Amino acid sequence: MAIERIFKDEASEEKGERARMASFVGAMAIADLVKTTLGPKGMDKILQSTGRGREVTVTNDGATILKSLHIDNAAAKVLVDISKVQDDEVGDGTTSVVVLAGELLREAEKLVAAKIHPMTIISGYRMAAECARHALLQKVVDNKEDAETFRSDLTKIAMTTLSSKILCQDKDHFAKLAVDAVMRLKGSTNLESIQIIKKPGGSLKDSFLDDGFILDKKIGIGQPKRIENANILVANTAMDTDKVKIYGARVRVDSMSKVAEIEGAEKEKMREKVQKIISHGINCFVNRQLIYNFPEELFADAGILAIEHADFDGIERLALVTGGEIASTFDNPETVKLGHCKLIEEIMIGEDKLIRFSGVQMGEACTIVLRGASHHVLDEAERSLHDALCVLSQTVNDSRVLFGGGWPEMIMAKEVDELARKTPGKKSHAIEAFSRALLAIPTIIADNAGLDSAELVAQLRAEHHKEGCNAGIDVISGSVGDMAELGISEAFKVKQAVLLSATEAAEMILRVDEIITCAPRQRENRM
Amino acid sequence: MALAFDEFGRPFLILKEQEQKSRLRGIDAQKANISAGKAVSRILRTSLGPKGMDKMLQSPDGDVTVTNDGATILEQMDVDNQIAKLMVELSRSQDYEIGDGTTGVVVMAGSLLEQAEKLLERGIHPIRVAEGYEVASRIAVEHLERISQKFEFGPENIEPLVQTCMTTLSSKIVNRCKRDLAEIAVKAVLAVADLERRDVHLDLIKVEGKVGGKLEDTELVYGIVVDKDMSHPQMPKRIEDAKIAILTCPFEPPKPKTKHKVDIDTVEKFQTIRLQEQKYFDDMVQKCKDAGATLVICQWGFDDEANHLLMNRNLPAVRWVGGVELELIAIATGGRIVPRFQELTPEKLGKAGLVREKSFGTTKDRMLYIEQCANSRAVTIFIRGGNKMMIEETKRSIHDALCVARNLIRNNSIVYGGGSAEISCSIAVEAAADRHPGVEQYAIRGFADALDAIPMALAENSGLQPIETLSAVKSQQIKENNPFCGIDCNDAGTNDMREQDVFETLIGKQQQILLATQVVKMILKIDDVICPSDF
Repeated sequence: MAIERIFKDEASEEKGERARMASFVGAMAIADLVKTTLGPKGMDKILQSTGRGREVTVTNDGATILKSLHIDNAAAKVLVDISKVQDDEVGDGTTSVVVLAGELLREAEKLVAAKIHPMTIISGYRMAAECARHALLQKVVDNKEDAETFRSDLTKIAMTTLSSKILCQDKDHFAKLAVDAVMRLKGSTNLESIQIIKKPGGSLKDSFLDDGFILDKKIGIGQPKRIENANILVANTAMDTDKVKIYGARVRVDSMSKVAEIEGAEKEKMREKVQKIISHGINCFVNRQLIYNFPEELFADAGILAIEHADFDGIERLALVTGGEIASTFDNPETVKLGHCKLIEEIMIGEDKLIRFSGVQMGEACTIVLRGASHHVLDEAERSLHDALCVLSQTVNDSRVLFGGGWPEMIMAKEVDELARKTPGKKSHAIEAFSRALLAIPTIIADNAGLDSAELVAQLRAEHHKEGCNAGIDVISGSVGDMAELGISEAFKVKQAVLLSATEAAEMILRVDEIITCAPRQRENRM
Repeated sequence: MALAFDEFGRPFLILKEQEQKSRLRGIDAQKANISAGKAVSRILRTSLGPKGMDKMLQSPDGDVTVTNDGATILEQMDVDNQIAKLMVELSRSQDYEIGDGTTGVVVMAGSLLEQAEKLLERGIHPIRVAEGYEVASRIAVEHLERISQKFEFGPENIEPLVQTCMTTLSSKIVNRCKRDLAEIAVKAVLAVADLERRDVHLDLIKVEGKVGGKLEDTELVYGIVVDKDMSHPQMPKRIEDAKIAILTCPFEPPKPKTKHKVDIDTVEKFQTIRLQEQKYFDDMVQKCKDAGATLVICQWGFDDEANHLLMNRNLPAVRWVGGVELELIAIATGGRIVPRFQELTPEKLGKAGLVREKSFGTTKDRMLYIEQCANSRAVTIFIRGGNKMMIEETKRSIHDALCVARNLIRNNSIVYGGGSAEISCSIAVEAAADRHPGVEQYAIRGFADALDAIPMALAENSGLQPIETLSAVKSQQIKENNPFCGIDCNDAGTNDMREQDVFETLIGKQQQILLATQVVKMILKIDDVICPSDF
């Protein structure tokens, strides 16, 4: 008896060429999918969710597109994963990394067809990637010392990032906004402290950065709407019923009058707590949890502004801007640090009332209010702005900057080509292929803009044979332009991450010669 | 199937519902088993050696794993056949025992089965084959001992260890920076090794991974890295000369294990219980403070009030730290794990030179580094890489390297790799075969042929002509009487493995041969397979 199968039912196995084919096809399909969103003239995609409501997202952010896809191909999953990591690590270049990995695999496929062993291709790719990184390192500009130029660098990077997004109409405005916000962080990369509030209505141009802090909450009834020189206590404590936390405690009484007594005691307890809070000498109290009517009334009587149910992020940010500490006990008023701000007032954006804390001490956090025509526009604007903020915050730490518009790819391609000429053996084919894959990126940018890519890339190549050339693709005028004059810059960290993770992913997929898919786990149908 | 009848002509029931069961007997059963075993080893064959390819595995939940570690491939393969399962077990036991060579052992078993099939076709009884294999494996193991070499290393001279780890890593995807990783692995093992007793407790090496960055950023931290952050956002992010209280009791009101109820029936009781509660939190924090702690690491959660009190008293704290990590922290800092606040005393505190929080990328992820510990016997290898699969594969590779380094510390004998040991054994077994009387002689010769399979697979994966290369190397070994000639996989120009610095551990190789022989013997002894039919 021959052995029919050693796997469980439904499990499948793909071997050798077939496996390689399956992963190449899968990876290229993914790369082709997001390819059209690359560059300033890239197009958007509409994604419809399968969940309830069939929600629609319009985006051209690679990571967002790929995250929402349901993919069965194993190689494609690797690409989705690198795009996600790119998003987490540097925030931008999520499309480029997938496109580059896809192009590397497309070139590898040709080489495999020409009977070059995948391991040879991998070692060629490795050499090429290392060489390309060196090429970039030599060309970086670091303006960290000069605050003025550094700021303009940041603005340029923000503008370049935003130019491929929905915000490109107002990119000057948003670039300034993003740079201002990031400069406030003072080198921290924690973007949590930049709050983005989306309010439909108005136009994108009406978006603004508030140097104070805006809390999307309402002020309690009968409490002052405007406080100057506020002392703020930020708290995380139960202000509804302060339960006894000792395990197993319960109230057991035998008459109604005792119930009333206990209730009175509870009220008394709350009153004491409120008294203690008031004795901190505050005039504003912000709590993470609910505040019930009774304490709220007490606060109102004392002329204190009480804000309830500010979520975790809200109070953490508030603590950051005002410099207060988040308190949960109130027995030692002298040691609790209070937050301060010049003015608390209620403001109207659109038709919602918000509370604004301005004139804050620390100012490490800030709020960006986005306005726009519809929720979809706002969502996409938020994603774009998030990309820009991520890139900027990373650039603040690693201030090396490169030009954009296909310039880094040309530089790398040139160096890699030289290396290919010097390398003996079959590897040189792989190295050459790497440089072709790099060239694909400016080609796609040009193609997406409806330009004659073959012509432009050839011109660029010629330009780059001169020393110290700053030529890149100027999509607006449709010709080769000087990137320094046009002010198109990109962060070195983003480019490096794109290069390294794309090569890593391509290598990983190339090494595979067999795909074993287990039977999908049977899920119970809960219909 | 044959039936037995009693004197009234009724059939005896030997197997219940016999018709519905598929049953294989005799030589058919053996053939079927052998072909199943071979099928498994065929899958792994292409993963062997520095030019071996990876496998991509998709789990039932759709997660993708890319690996060329034999044990991992087999474990995730979801195998249904019983014999195939035996092979999976085989690879796993090699993994537990040695940690490396999990692919080789399966390939070895596969080729032993292949040889057995030929012998069975000639009409040799399976038990005789098994016995022959047993004799041969003993010869091979003894021969390995003879050609093995001891080398000296010490805390200053780690080069030989690094070289051996590099051999292990060179077949993995991480071979781009095998030198760095090998050094990290060796340093980690030496940091926790007890050189006197020649023992290494691998549990003391924690391997953490986080996506992002590049493989070259992987680092060895002489201390502990915990994937947690401070319980209160405003606690200090950096503590120098920390005195750490390691607690396994929550900062929460007490919860006795016996069932109880506290009845409140008067206002006074309500008041007292309230005060008690407040005092309770106060006491807890005060006790930590009294003991002189400057950092609290707790296995459980904190109540909001307690959290603020800790913050207020300037006592940074970390909550929800896992049990294993807690133990490691205790070992590293020389502290004691304290289960009750009452038992907290200054001498039970752990000490660390520096505790700091580090954030990564654009997300909120933070990790806590505890460094410069009093007793740096616990270390962490912190892996970075481009994507999740890369990290996972690096973890597995590092694990292999750690195991190899540990084995070397236990027993510093090495044999040379690149198939040279197998070829040399094969020659020795072949020579011994002729001296052996009886039918086993054929089995022993079969064993020698089977040993050739590993160098053959190596050559094949490296794109060389397998038979040509193998015969050339073999004749060279005999001619020069040099057991260190192997397959030149990396195209380095020489096939003397001493010059290429390709080492493997002696016990790893011996285990491979012994384990593979054992499993093959077991498979050969099966002559009847009964399995319930599908229903």
